[in-house]
Amino acid sequence: MKTNRNLVVGAALTGFFTIAALISFLWVPYDIEALNIADRMKTPSFSHLLGTDHFGRDILSMVMIGARTSIAVALVAVGIGMGLGVPLGLAAAARKGSLLDELIGRGNDLVFAFPSLLIAILITATFGPSALNAIIAIGIFNVPVFARLTRGSALSIWKRDFILAARVSGKNSAQISVEHILPNLSSLLIVQGTIQFSLAILAEAALSYVGLGAQPPTPSWGRMLADSQTMISLAPHLALAPGLAIVFTVLGLNLLGDGFRDVFDPRLRRGRT
Amino acid sequence: MARYILTRLLSLLISLTVASAVIFALIEIIPGDPAAFMLGINAQDDTIAALRAELGLDTSPLERYFGWVSGMVTGDFGTSYTYRTPISEMIAERLWISLPLALIALALSTLIAFPVGILAASKRGSLTDTIVMGFTQLGVAIPNFWFAMLMVLVFAINLRWFSAGGFPGWDEGLFTGLKALTLPAISLALPQASILARVMRSALVDTLDEDFMRTARAKGLNRRQAIQRHALRNAMIPVLTIIGLQFSFLLAGAIIIENVFFLPGLGRLVFQAISQRDLIVVESVVMLLVFAVIVVNFAVDIAYVLVDPRLRRQG
Repeated sequence: MKTNRNLVVGAALTGFFTIAALISFLWVPYDIEALNIADRMKTPSFSHLLGTDHFGRDILSMVMIGARTSIAVALVAVGIGMGLGVPLGLAAAARKGSLLDELIGRGNDLVFAFPSLLIAILITATFGPSALNAIIAIGIFNVPVFARLTRGSALSIWKRDFILAARVSGKNSAQISVEHILPNLSSLLIVQGTIQFSLAILAEAALSYVGLGAQPPTPSWGRMLADSQTMISLAPHLALAPGLAIVFTVLGLNLLGDGFRDVFDPRLRRGRT
Repeated sequence: MARYILTRLLSLLISLTVASAVIFALIEIIPGDPAAFMLGINAQDDTIAALRAELGLDTSPLERYFGWVSGMVTGDFGTSYTYRTPISEMIAERLWISLPLALIALALSTLIAFPVGILAASKRGSLTDTIVMGFTQLGVAIPNFWFAMLMVLVFAINLRWFSAGGFPGWDEGLFTGLKALTLPAISLALPQASILARVMRSALVDTLDEDFMRTARAKGLNRRQAIQRHALRNAMIPVLTIIGLQFSFLLAGAIIIENVFFLPGLGRLVFQAISQRDLIVVESVVMLLVFAVIVVNFAVDIAYVLVDPRLRRQG
């Protein structure tokens, strides 16, 4: 029963913020580029459901557009991680023990050895703060995660009988990797992808909080939190909305990941989380 | 055992070499001439050239790289472009804030996570388990800098138990210093404790089903004794891995938290240095942190073998 609950709650939370982000392309309650000093720092009311910030901008509108930034950055970053990591992992597994395998393995170890946040800061400091550089910085650290997971799981699939059958039918390792190994890894990759997605949302928020993510006027949740910090004693509601948005999105993705895992792998259903 | 340590040591050296090369290369890419930046826009070309020579910027990148690395090995990190003081002194001063902060946070995280994880695992499937794991699920999802802001709001602004930020210095007494680090350490520790508690729980749950646990109970140990003497030791491998990873996360994560609390630690030093283009400081602090992380991971690898002698054979 617990399985379904994780999946349902996770999907509901994730869906809620995704839909909010999508709607923001078509409509937001207020124009966030129009400053309205007369209405500044208003607490939540019917006209501004989440209140207004120090420039009189509607916080609900900013949180909606912020969702867009967070989701887009995280999605592309995880995409980079999967796009590079999965082929590397497949290649390493197909040529187990070769120089290529060794190189990929050592490269992974190295990236893992770096404190990711620190290097993300270094990268954004080097190439300038922007959403794109935040994506690259977060994406790089997703590559070894997927490469390692793919290699490990692919190795066990390579030992199976149907792979032998595919070999006998004349397929080369690249074909086998794509046609037989990859489909068998898809559920595992979806679970890991969901978890990495939530980590990427947190990383993006941290980077934009310290001013190294998406730049103004593009709203981002981390940036909104940074802006609210100096005014937290006067207007605590400024810090609540973006903070809760991050928590619920990350929570939703984590629950979704747990839910997917339970559905895909019933053996894990009991006891472990 | 000796062979295992030796291979780990070799990979430690390789990691350090590659890491230093990567950091150096990244800093090299940054556009702009530090000498020109230091002297301002009105500087004469020959003044800039003289300063470049003084800073050693006129030599080739390879020479500078080796100069930097050999300096660091002997504890000489060079001189800050901005402050003209030895970087090793600047780092030592800041380290007295960042290191205690990371260590207190690590201790807190472990102290919270162990009992919580053990409780959840031993009451697996119960209401207690569900509630405790629900809280850890929430803890994992909370960004530590936001949690820090909320703590400032509650404990510094509303209750006035702590100051909202800043560091009075250790000269003001151990208690005053520790008090200033309390909120930052808790903000760093709580999300980490949630992760660690979840790992502790699932590692323990795995071992509770093992045959040796049944044997231990059959021998007459009660549940608590069996968990303490047999299950915990076997669950330590994944837990140790995470503690090792967390230390590096706490050192680097402190960068963000130091910003929330205006603590003059290594993290703030890095940010100031970035904005002042004091690249040699950035380079050295980042290298120092990476060094710490790699060495801690090495120590964790060695600790595995001490905890689990079975791993010795695999070398």
